[in-house]
Amino acid sequence: MTRKKKRLVMVLGAMAALGIGAGLVGYALRENIALFKSPTEIAQEKIPEGRRFRIGGLVEDHSVVRGPDGVTVSFRVTDGVASVPVSYRGILPDLFREGQGVVAMGALDGSGTFKASEILAKHDERYMPPEVVKALKASGKWQEGASK
Amino acid sequence: MIVELGHYALILALFVALVQAAAPLTGAAIGNRALMALAGPAAQAQLLCLGIAFAVLMHAYIASDFSVLNVAENSHSAKPLVYKIAGVWGNHEGSMLLWVTVMALYGAAVASFGHTLPERLKARVLGVQGLLGVGIITFILFTSNPFQRLSPAPLEGHGLNPLLQDPGLAVHPPMLYMGYVGFSLTFSFAIAALIEGRVDPAWARWVRPWALAAWSFLTAGIALGSWWAYYDLGWGGWWFWDPVENASFMPWLAGTALIHSALVVEKRDALKRWTILLAIITFGLSLIGTFLVRSGVLTSVHAFAVDPARGLFILVLLLLVIGGGLLLYALRAANLEPGGLFQPISREGGLVLNNLLLATATATVFIGTLYPLFLDAVGGGTVSVGPPYFDSTFVPLMVPLLIAVSVGPLLPWKRGDVLGALARLKWVAAASLVAALVTWYAERGGPVMAVGGMAVACWLILGAFVSIGERIRLFGEWRGALNRARHLPRASWGMAIAHAGLGVAIIGMMGALWRVEDIRAVKSGEQFAVGPYQVRFDGTAEVPGPNYTAQEGRFTVTRGGTVFAMTPSKRRFTDPPQVVANTAIHTTGLSDLYLVLGDEDPQDGAWAVRAYYNPLIPLIWGGAGIMMLGGLCSLSDRRLRVGVPLKRPDLVSATAKG
Repeated sequence: MTRKKKRLVMVLGAMAALGIGAGLVGYALRENIALFKSPTEIAQEKIPEGRRFRIGGLVEDHSVVRGPDGVTVSFRVTDGVASVPVSYRGILPDLFREGQGVVAMGALDGSGTFKASEILAKHDERYMPPEVVKALKASGKWQEGASK
Repeated sequence: MIVELGHYALILALFVALVQAAAPLTGAAIGNRALMALAGPAAQAQLLCLGIAFAVLMHAYIASDFSVLNVAENSHSAKPLVYKIAGVWGNHEGSMLLWVTVMALYGAAVASFGHTLPERLKARVLGVQGLLGVGIITFILFTSNPFQRLSPAPLEGHGLNPLLQDPGLAVHPPMLYMGYVGFSLTFSFAIAALIEGRVDPAWARWVRPWALAAWSFLTAGIALGSWWAYYDLGWGGWWFWDPVENASFMPWLAGTALIHSALVVEKRDALKRWTILLAIITFGLSLIGTFLVRSGVLTSVHAFAVDPARGLFILVLLLLVIGGGLLLYALRAANLEPGGLFQPISREGGLVLNNLLLATATATVFIGTLYPLFLDAVGGGTVSVGPPYFDSTFVPLMVPLLIAVSVGPLLPWKRGDVLGALARLKWVAAASLVAALVTWYAERGGPVMAVGGMAVACWLILGAFVSIGERIRLFGEWRGALNRARHLPRASWGMAIAHAGLGVAIIGMMGALWRVEDIRAVKSGEQFAVGPYQVRFDGTAEVPGPNYTAQEGRFTVTRGGTVFAMTPSKRRFTDPPQVVANTAIHTTGLSDLYLVLGDEDPQDGAWAVRAYYNPLIPLIWGGAGIMMLGGLCSLSDRRLRVGVPLKRPDLVSATAKG
């Protein structure tokens, strides 16, 4: 096999691999990304039932209620303007608290409740998830230094 | 005073690094041997300075010197000693100092053990290493100085984030950095080779041990991080495709490609330009990983604090290193002599396939990790790319690669025969089919992926066995096989061990698909079943710890005739005030029972409990450990050892066969 032919085979192989990779990426990016929505955006937009996305904001004060089975928790996530009811079955993160920042992954059910499959709270007293900061800034409720 | 000494040592290290960069590179360019000879002592002096700086910072932590801002913000006098020590790198400033100290360690290692390196190449490698040192030390001094004083000094520190107060902190970051930073050396070798305009098998023989060492440490670092996340986060999972995990996984993928392509350069003098490019990319990905993790652009446990100045600095550094490296590559790569020829079906061809698939997989992970940042930057909204994306891009690319792993080593160099290789694997294929059928039968209606996964794992492990068996002619004249096994190069053993370890890890990953999860609220005395275990809750008790109070759940677990106790707890820390759940894991080595204690219901006193039965999951880390051992075994091959004559009669006969 000559050098030229070898190079051709290599280039074809590389193009095939990259082509398959690009195809997989294109398909996966269309299907599998989750948008981030603030409570205000959820109130304004019509988000189809069952579409997975993330919400972020603060856990509304006095909104956390434990269900009868002892492991389902419902609460409201607010950005100061609008708020969304969320329900979650599982163990809440240790830093989950009323008035604190939270990010949840899940989908809306028929009644407009956000069924969360994952709850991320901040992991450190001094840290606020960037999404929450963004949502609060957008609603004008962000106070610099208030997270501490 | 001691602290100022550390600060001074760090500044001195910057100047030493400047000398280490300027003198040897100039010397090599103009042919001045005295200047080139400065490289070695400068590299050692840099390690000495940074070692002193690091020791001083550690001393400040152990002595709880809160007049140092970094210590005041991240330590506490009541913290156990091990977390005072490990706390040194449990924050941004200290971890960057560890990063650069490890880099100096690698530089000094080349200076001390690289006797066989040609003078000019050694000078250039250490010079480039010095340049990298200048960049990182400048970054530390100007944006993240760990020695900054605080006045007036507080009486007590803020304490370390309780989530980090875990033995994992003592081992995971140093291991990971040994890996990340180890690739700085392969980068320096690549840049030096581009300046020299020469890449040959000898170059690959010098580079490969460093690449192997870095790869082995990175493997261990990632595995430790995954294990830590598994037992610490309480989610029962072992890999979340979190951006910070991807940040360490991308250099691992590229590094895996690199150790394979360097093999082709070493044995066949081919794939030279590609190997150089991979070396640049691998270290580039290590730097990008640092940027992603440290700049606070991601929501993660690793983002310590958001500081735009740091992010910008790292970004500039990133552009200089990667951009500079690629520019030099574009200018000089064409000058490298093309290497040996080979047929597409050959050992080289197999390694090219390996590289193509690994590079593509790296690219898909890269896109998935950076897409949200990119979209956000162009104002396209905030999105997150989660596990489904990676499952549908990364996994399909890995399947052909894993199948090829067992075939490649059976192909001879230059020109091979796939059918012949497959014929030698027919029993392996049959066994894999049986494994698939057994899996399918045992778990009818279970996950489809697990059936294929088990077959692939079997294919890898037995394929590795066959690769050794073929080399020592175990299946023909088995009488002399033991003797031949003894003389088989360590690199061949290393390869087989690492490939088998990959198979073992895949069994563990498939086991995770059979996970049994249970969440419930239990009152004292209640019993429930998780997988094969019966778990009884016996109430909770308060137990004092060194700097926390634990609310401990008491569980009695029975399986068959064995009875044991498990105590997941919630630790309430006071400085900083934070509650951290501490999972309890009972492992048999082949499966885990995993308990997490949640909150108490104030009304009826029931406790939320999350339980997982995780079959086979310990094999993930066991497999990663085996892979690392494979890397180290390969590293101990005497052909790679510095200063050993390259040819010995018995090795020549052994390698000639391969």
